[in-house]
This record gives sequence, C-alpha cells and structure tokens, in this order.
Amino acid sequence: MVEVNKLSPRDFKSDQEVRWCAGCGDHAVLSSVHRTMAEIGYPKEKYVVISGIGCSSRFPYYMNTYAFHTIHGRAIPIASGVKVSNPDLSVWVVTGDGDALAIGGNHFIHGARRNIDLNVILLNNQIYGLTKGQYSPTSKFGQVTKTSPYGTFEQPFRPIELVIGAQGKFFARSIDNNIQLTKDILIEAEKHKGFSLVEILQNCVIYNDKTFGAITDKEHKQDRQLILKHGEPMIFGKNQDKGIVLDGMSLKVVKLGENGITEKDLLVHDAHQANPIIHLLLGDMNYPDYPVALGVIRSVDAPVYEESLLEQIEKVKSSSPIKNFKELLYSGNTWEV
Amino acid sequence: MTEKKDTVKELNEVVIRFSGDSGDGMQLTGTLFSDTSALLGNDLATFPDYPAEIRAPQGTVGGVSGFQVHFGHSPVNTPGDYADVLVAMNPAALKANVKWVKRGGTIIIDIDSFTEKNLARAGCVKDPLNQLGFRDFNIIQAPITTLTREALKGLNMDTKSILRSKNMFALGMVYWLFHRPLEFTEKFLENKFKKIPIVIEANKIVLKAGYYYAETIEALHPSFNVAPAKIEKGFYRNINGNTATAWGLIAAAEKSKLPLFLGSYPITPASEILQELSKRRDLGVKTFQAEDEIAGISTAIGASFAGNLAVTTTSGPGLSLKTEAIGLAIITELPLVIVNVQRGGPSTGLPTKTEQSDLMQALFGRHGESPLVVLAASTPSNCFNFAFEAAKIALEHMLPVILLTDGFLANGSEPWKIPDVDKLPEITPPIVKEGTEDFQPYRRLDKSMVRGWAIPGTKGLEHRIGGLEKMAVTGAVSYVPENHQVMVNERQEKVDRVVDAIPNLEVMGDEEGDLLMIGWGGTFGHLYTAYRELKNEGYNPSFVHFNYINPLPKNTHEILKKFKKLLVFELNMGQFANYLRMKFQDLEFSQFNKVQGLPFTVVELKEKIISEIGGK
Repeated sequence: MVEVNKLSPRDFKSDQEVRWCAGCGDHAVLSSVHRTMAEIGYPKEKYVVISGIGCSSRFPYYMNTYAFHTIHGRAIPIASGVKVSNPDLSVWVVTGDGDALAIGGNHFIHGARRNIDLNVILLNNQIYGLTKGQYSPTSKFGQVTKTSPYGTFEQPFRPIELVIGAQGKFFARSIDNNIQLTKDILIEAEKHKGFSLVEILQNCVIYNDKTFGAITDKEHKQDRQLILKHGEPMIFGKNQDKGIVLDGMSLKVVKLGENGITEKDLLVHDAHQANPIIHLLLGDMNYPDYPVALGVIRSVDAPVYEESLLEQIEKVKSSSPIKNFKELLYSGNTWEV
Repeated sequence: MTEKKDTVKELNEVVIRFSGDSGDGMQLTGTLFSDTSALLGNDLATFPDYPAEIRAPQGTVGGVSGFQVHFGHSPVNTPGDYADVLVAMNPAALKANVKWVKRGGTIIIDIDSFTEKNLARAGCVKDPLNQLGFRDFNIIQAPITTLTREALKGLNMDTKSILRSKNMFALGMVYWLFHRPLEFTEKFLENKFKKIPIVIEANKIVLKAGYYYAETIEALHPSFNVAPAKIEKGFYRNINGNTATAWGLIAAAEKSKLPLFLGSYPITPASEILQELSKRRDLGVKTFQAEDEIAGISTAIGASFAGNLAVTTTSGPGLSLKTEAIGLAIITELPLVIVNVQRGGPSTGLPTKTEQSDLMQALFGRHGESPLVVLAASTPSNCFNFAFEAAKIALEHMLPVILLTDGFLANGSEPWKIPDVDKLPEITPPIVKEGTEDFQPYRRLDKSMVRGWAIPGTKGLEHRIGGLEKMAVTGAVSYVPENHQVMVNERQEKVDRVVDAIPNLEVMGDEEGDLLMIGWGGTFGHLYTAYRELKNEGYNPSFVHFNYINPLPKNTHEILKKFKKLLVFELNMGQFANYLRMKFQDLEFSQFNKVQGLPFTVVELKEKIISEIGGK
C-alpha cells in the first residue's frame, strides 16, 4: 500500500474555509493530520476520515480525502463498518470528549475491545464547545460551567482507563500545540494494527481556556511533561534531571543524583508490555503530583478484527460444500414435485 | 391391512396442533410431520408457538410449546385457525390449547401425565378432562409414557432417555391416523443420530409402537387421507420468513456483485436473520454483531459508504433506536436496507407475538422531512422476493428502504418452489467510475434523481458527505434557505419516483363492486383464504393486498375509487387505513382491526365481510 511520498500536507487540505474559533487547538491538530497523511504517503483515495458531532467533528470537511461527518457519538461504529467492508482503506476517526465518551461511550469501549484497525483521534478539551460551554465527562471535578454553575460533582473519565479496561492495545497522548509530537504519534497509530486511540489535550479558547495551561506553559512545560519513548528511561525536566521510578504499587518522581539515584534506577518505558499496569499508572499521572505522560504509552500487538473475519471467511469457504447461492438453495431437505 | 383401507376417509385439508412441555420435542415432531406431508405432495403452512421464556417451569402453562401444521389437497395459505387434531402431552398443554380445537375434533393426550402433581403445576383446580365436553371432542386417552417404557424395555437405556422418545409415540399415532408412511422420519432419525445408534433404534421402535397402537384402538377409526395438492412442478423446500429474508439479501448481493454486510443486534423475532447470515461465511457474507441497535445500523451505514450492500435487521424497539441513523442515511442518500420484523408493542410489548403496528413508525418515525421507501412482505416465502426487491431499490435509487415483515411471517414456514437464480433481475447500482470528469456527489444522474455512488478507494473521486444540509450538486455544507428547500424537494421526489420502478396493484375478483377487502403485509394468507372461501360460497367481495407501501403503486387510486365500500384489515388500530385516508382524501375507508398479538382467523374475517356485504 505504501507508495513513494509525493504528496505534501497542502494536498490534504480541502477547499472549505476552516471555521474553528481563532486560537482553537483544533487548527494545530488539523495541521498535524495533514502532515501525517503526507508523510505516511498513501494516495489520497486510501484515506477515510470519519467524525461524529462536536467542534472536533468538523474535521472531515477540511480533509481532501474521502470523509464522512456523521451523527453524535456514532463515528466509531460507522468507521468500523467502513474498515470491515474494505480493510485496504486507512480509516481515521476524529472525535471529542463528549462525542466519544458521553453519547458514544458504549461504542468507544466496544471499539477498543474489538480491535478493528482504526486510528481514533480524541480531542479532549474537557468541555462541550459546540453547544457553548456545558461540562463534559472529562471536565475536572468541581469545574464551573454553564450547566454546573456551582461546580460539578461528577468524577471525570480518564480515557486511558477506559481503553485499558476495554482490552485496548494502543494508547498515546499528545498536546495540540506540539505539532511534531502529534504527527509522530499519529504515524505510530497508523503503523499499529488494531484500534489506536490518540488522546490530544486540546485547548478550547472560548469555554475552557488554559485548562491545560499549567502543563503547556512555556516556562514549565519540560518539568511538567514526560515524553515517553519505547526502550528509553523515563527522564524529564528542563535540566533532564528528573525521572520516574516504581515505588511499591505506585510511581514516584525522583531527582537524579539525589539519594544516590542514577539513570539505572529509573523505569525504562516498555510500550509493548502486554501487562497494562505500568501503562495505567503512567497514563494516570497528573500535574501537580506528576508530569503528564505524552507519547505512545501502550502499543501491543493482538489479533485484528477484520483480519480474523477475512481468515474465517477463507477457512469456511474452503471447507463448505456451498460455493454459491444456487447451491445454498438446493442444500438440505428438498424434494421434487 | 385390507380392513384399514376400507375405513379410510378422504379429507380436503386438516389442521394438527402438537403441544407439550418445552422439553417434549414438539417443534421437531411437528416439523417431521410437515416434512412427510410435503414429500407426499400436500400443500401446507406451519406456525410454531413457543413461550418467550427459554425454560419456563416444567409442566406449567407458561412452558407449553406448540406447533401447528395445516396441510391440504386444496391450496393452503395459513397455518389454520382451529385444529382438527390436538396432541397434548400434559395437562398444561391441554389447558393452553383446547380453545383452539374444532368442535368434533380429536384430542390425543398422554393420560399418564395427568397426575395430581402435573395437574397442580398446570394450575388445574379440577381434572380438565372432566371439564371437557366429551360430546364435543373425540378424546383419545393414550398411556403414552407407559407404552413408550414398555416398548423400550429390551434396550439398555436410562429413564430420561426413554422418556425423551415419547414424542415419537405421538407422532406414530398421528401418522397412522393420516395414512403417512414412516420412512421419511426414519431416514431423518438415521441421519440425525448417526453417532448414537441406540437412539435411532429407540426412536424407530417407539414411532412404530405409536403407529400400531393407533391402528389397534377403535376410537381412532376411521383413519383419514389427504390427497396431494395440485402443485406446480419443480424443486421445493420448506422455508420460514426469516430464512427467506436472509436468502433474498444474499441473492441481491450476488446479482449486484457487491459484498453483503449486515450490522445487527440480536432481538426477537429478528435474530434468526443475523444467525442465518452469520452461517454464510461460505458465501463471503460479513456479519457484525454490534454492541447495540444504533451501532448495528451505524456499521451498516459505514459499509454502505464503503460500497457494500449494507443491511441492518431489527424489531420494533430496535427500529426506534435506529431512527436518528436512518435520517443520516436519508440525507446522505446512501443505500441501506432496514428489515423490521414487527412484534407486539409498544415498549417490550409482546416480543414473541405478531403485530403490524410499526407501519407509522416506518413511514414517519423520524425528525425532519425524511421520506424513505417502505415495503412489506406478505408470506413467509415472499420475504425472499421483497428482501431482494428492497436491496434492488436501495442500491439503484441510493436511499434507505425499510422492509416490514412480522413475527408471524418470520417463524411461519411453507413449501417454497426454489427460484431460478438466473431469472432474478439484475441489480445495477450507479457506481461512479474512476476517471469520471467533474464528479459531483449530489448531481442527479437521471429522471430517478439518483446520485452517483463514489466509493472510497476510487482515485480522483475524494469527497465529503455528512449529516449537515448540503448544497445541491456539490454536496458542500450549505445553510442557504432556498437550497434547503431544493434539497428537501429533491429527496422527496427521489422517493416518489420509485413508483416508476414498482408494479401496479392487482385486484382479485371483480374490478368494481360493493366491497373491496384491503390488506397489507403479513395478513395476506388469512385474507386470501377468507376471500377464496367466500367466493366459493357465492359471495362476491374483491381483494387487494399491498406490498409496496411507500410509494403506493401508481394505479392505487384508480382501483380503490371503483368500490362502494373500502374495508381495511390490519393487525393494529388502523395505521394503514389512516395512511390511505391521508393519501386519498376523496375516499372513505372502513376498518377491521385486531391487536391481540395473534393473526386474524379466517372465520372472523369471513364473518366480518358477510356482515358488511349482507346477502350473497
């Protein structure tokens, strides 16, 4: 399927005017996706981009590929139908925290469980933007929004917990303004065979501005983000002097050189480890106690739904005495008058 | 043997109801009797009646499982209103079914099961046998359990296995009574239990024991024969509505040269379509058991976008859940078949019972102006034709089609003349070819208003579709008020023009007169039987039956206006009658409705029509 890379990000831009608010994190993600697709190098007609409803779900209109803007919450099953029908296509889902985790929550967990080869980009801004500012399933506990004027008292979902709880095999996280990291992760997501969930922490400039400000703040971001790379020790910080160790049942931030800690004591990231416990601990790290983990947190190979289906079809075809519809009609109990 | 022949009476048609506990094997018994009768050349129709509970407590009325077969020398179009013969394996079966036996009918019971314990389980305060009018019925009190044990004394079998073959005793009795040979059933047993020879032997012994027992007891004389029907020559098989639906879809996939994709969630009474298609991996069918009804239709919409013949199957509550997604298929103009096997509603209602009460939902149950095509099958076997037709219309006109069947058609079965696959019409979807210049996703291609189907993966045809209103021709998002009107009009016109692709309505009987019987969907067999019997009795109603609901056939008004009285029969409170009133405001419609989860009886239909007509 891979062809010589001759397309540029520009080739993936549609002729439609982009209508997100100025300063919205979606612009940067769109740019990352255009670059990703150009770099992967498939011809345009191999890509299908599918979305549900929400700000993020406007995405398909800005893609010069095959694309489908569907209904609220149903992007994953619709994309599943596309991929299972034609496994040669590279199928992408763009969804948001409301679309994927509230109205589409059921489809989200079953999508992860089935392991259909979809690349799902979850733009998590912790708010409902398109409907103008109500809280979402990922809004912080206590957050004040239009529908929680006195603060919410709902526990937010953490997408990685849902993915792992649902037997998901790929989870990665990026931040909207890190276009390079997002692109690298999306390429990994495409390479991974199976359901790949990429959570992008995305700023809603109008209704939830700077909700990730503490992490993205230029001054402190290196101290508050841990960019994971498979096979490398977990080091972060402006001076590359902080690391993560396993301390009993939990993770702990340590300083290199303090209490005799050296690089050898740090956890080495193993994204391919089937056991999800460390991935879960990493994914759950949050500021201010921890840096927020970015990069590919989990990437484990497992049987892929549509491949298993095709294998089964071939197997049954080769052993069944029924080769066409006519033979089915005459199979079993028939008689002549 | 000669003596037996002397006492054979010829009958034109017979209805038998086999009933017993869920575990008594009554479905198999009924099926075996039906198969034998079909092989002898009788026309027939069958209907199973099983409890909604998978394993209701043994011996209770809730756990009674029944199977009715109607076979005849004359044409048979229904499983029959009332039974000539009832087989009741326990008191509960007798209690639940005696109301379905004709006056003068024969009731065969296993008298051994009429113990105090079983009577209590069946909730009988008094012995129901004593309450039966013995003058009204010919009651055969056969010690079936005892004689089955006796017959298998010589075999080394445990009690449980012995009792499991009781049903063969009853079947043997009925075979004698109706002069059926045992050989087809014996062959079936040999095949089915190939690996356990003792079970073959036991069942054959008991079958014969029943046969000879019936011959011996005087109460069962004379025996009867039902001569073969005049049936069109050809190869036949039995088929029920759900299998026929599944097969119609497979045939359509083959004719359109498209892969078949079914996205579905199990629901009674539609699950068998998903099950049947799941078996058909050998024909390349892709079935996707979704996490819910919405995902079922959503995966199908995705498959349709990707260029498959896409289908979703469901029953009433599921259709409700799918409504928003149906709207998406309407606005994006993607081909989609939605099969709704109707059951008793609202809500969970009567899941295992039949009804026609989803018509209005199929026609109008969506937000916005959202017309689509609605078809309705009318016999178990023509579910094949209408599933095929639904797929053909969906694919050639690029729109969703709802096919209505119902619990009665889905589970009812009848002999079906195997169709000639080569004679099925071609299906030619408007797939846009690579290299097409100036492709526009919503350009109308011809008078049918169909748009082109540009399938992902095709070079140069990349485009975007979605649920937002789109600009005519280009498909770009558009909020222009006048454009919305244009697109609403176009989508309506597209559905309306399907009328050019469907056959005219045909009248049975005179083309004008005092009374026109009007039916639609699954009530055909009962209405047609009532119509035929009335004609034979010298009455003169005419009859039309609708399979094409939206659009209605072109000549509908032309036909209806020629009758003084238009009487609409349906298993709901008058939904089709109201639809016709909306369509033809110059005409008056009367109604005959029943909402009991049961089919019409021919008797009640005839009574109603006679009361309307007055004299002959």
